[in-house]
Amino acid sequence: MSELSVKNLHVFRGERHLLRGLGFEVPAGCCLQVVGANGAGKTTLLRVMSGLLEAESLELTWRGERVEPRDPEYHAELSYLGHDPALKSDFTAAENIAFNVGLRRRVASQDVRSALARVSAEKFSDRPIRSLSAGQRRRVALAALWLSGTRLWMLDEPATNLDAAGQALVASLIQEQLSGGGLVMAATHQDLGLPAAQRASLEIGVHGVRT
Amino acid sequence: MTVRRTTAFSAAGLVLTRDLRLAVRRPSQLIQPLAFFAVVALLFPLGYTPELGKLRAIAPGVLWVGALLASMLALESLFREDASDGTLEQFVVCGQPLVALMAAKTLAHWLLTGLPLTLMAPVLGIALGVPVEAMPGILFSLLLGTVTLSLIGAVGAGLTLGVRRGGVLLSLLTLPLAVPVLVFGARATELAISGESLMGPLYLLGALAVLGITLAPLAAAAAVRIGLE
Repeated sequence: MSELSVKNLHVFRGERHLLRGLGFEVPAGCCLQVVGANGAGKTTLLRVMSGLLEAESLELTWRGERVEPRDPEYHAELSYLGHDPALKSDFTAAENIAFNVGLRRRVASQDVRSALARVSAEKFSDRPIRSLSAGQRRRVALAALWLSGTRLWMLDEPATNLDAAGQALVASLIQEQLSGGGLVMAATHQDLGLPAAQRASLEIGVHGVRT
Repeated sequence: MTVRRTTAFSAAGLVLTRDLRLAVRRPSQLIQPLAFFAVVALLFPLGYTPELGKLRAIAPGVLWVGALLASMLALESLFREDASDGTLEQFVVCGQPLVALMAAKTLAHWLLTGLPLTLMAPVLGIALGVPVEAMPGILFSLLLGTVTLSLIGAVGAGLTLGVRRGGVLLSLLTLPLAVPVLVFGARATELAISGESLMGPLYLLGALAVLGITLAPLAAAAAVRIGLE
């Protein structure tokens, strides 16, 4: 039974008909890996699915019910990790996580600590974000994602700027999310090392010709 | 792990306290509009005339134009940073009503610029020869007026999100909308200085503030959604 199903998705960007009649289904505990050339519309697809971008047409079904991508009930179960990690440079890693996750759910300081430990970021948890490297910032963003406890993850190039250990961390976070029955849509070319039953891939851009 | 969802009210509270704490860590942004207001108002005794009688006649206009431009100066930074670091995207997808979060941001902006500007006005008023009896009226009219200015400004800042270096455009968009506030605010101040009842313009300022409080957060939320596309 698919938890997330998309039918008849059309997106225009300016004059370009970028996504044409796209349809796919994601069952619980499955990661849909979105692949395609640069500019094919991977980010656009994830932004449309997260309600950040308006689609020309979209039939979205989430857990058996038709929803609009801007419904607050749908957003409450969705996390979006984009190119910009939404961290304030004047705040520490721990403060940022407490705020970003606090918008969604109550967090105690030990929750924040355990999230930072999950991404091996305890050492810089009390340093302001401005003093962290891009890879360290990405880890902090991943900690917030993990702590948010949402069922559906939209990840746009989650492993950007991360070293080998960080890429393994992304794979293990996704693994953990899937084994808890969650869903992941990830735009990445990285091999996540998932068993075949837990992954599917969606290639987009094959129809992405100019009209 | 028991997950308790954050209510819209406490989410708005989080945004408000976050903005206030950010401002405290970067006090220069806080001081700039105030310094600008002080310099503009104090240039008039130097450039026009040191005679207090003549200054008193132009004091309402000077105070209100100064406060208007100073609050406009601080507007550009209202959403700029949140837009560039991805925070606004998270506001949209966090499942909380964007209107409530926008209202919280606007309130934070008013507390950080409108309120200090209001409190500073009587001090500058003294330099312009405004009698002490007029101060309560000036304070009250500015209190109402700056609320509306912050609200109008939030809509303008939302609309210019997608525009690179939108500072001038932001002013062009918001200044015409701020004209009623300027007209009634300056009138109220004038009446306060001449010792007459200023309830008329004060009521109108209040009406504008109520109109802004009800409509501006909705418009700002819609503008931010469009700006992020």
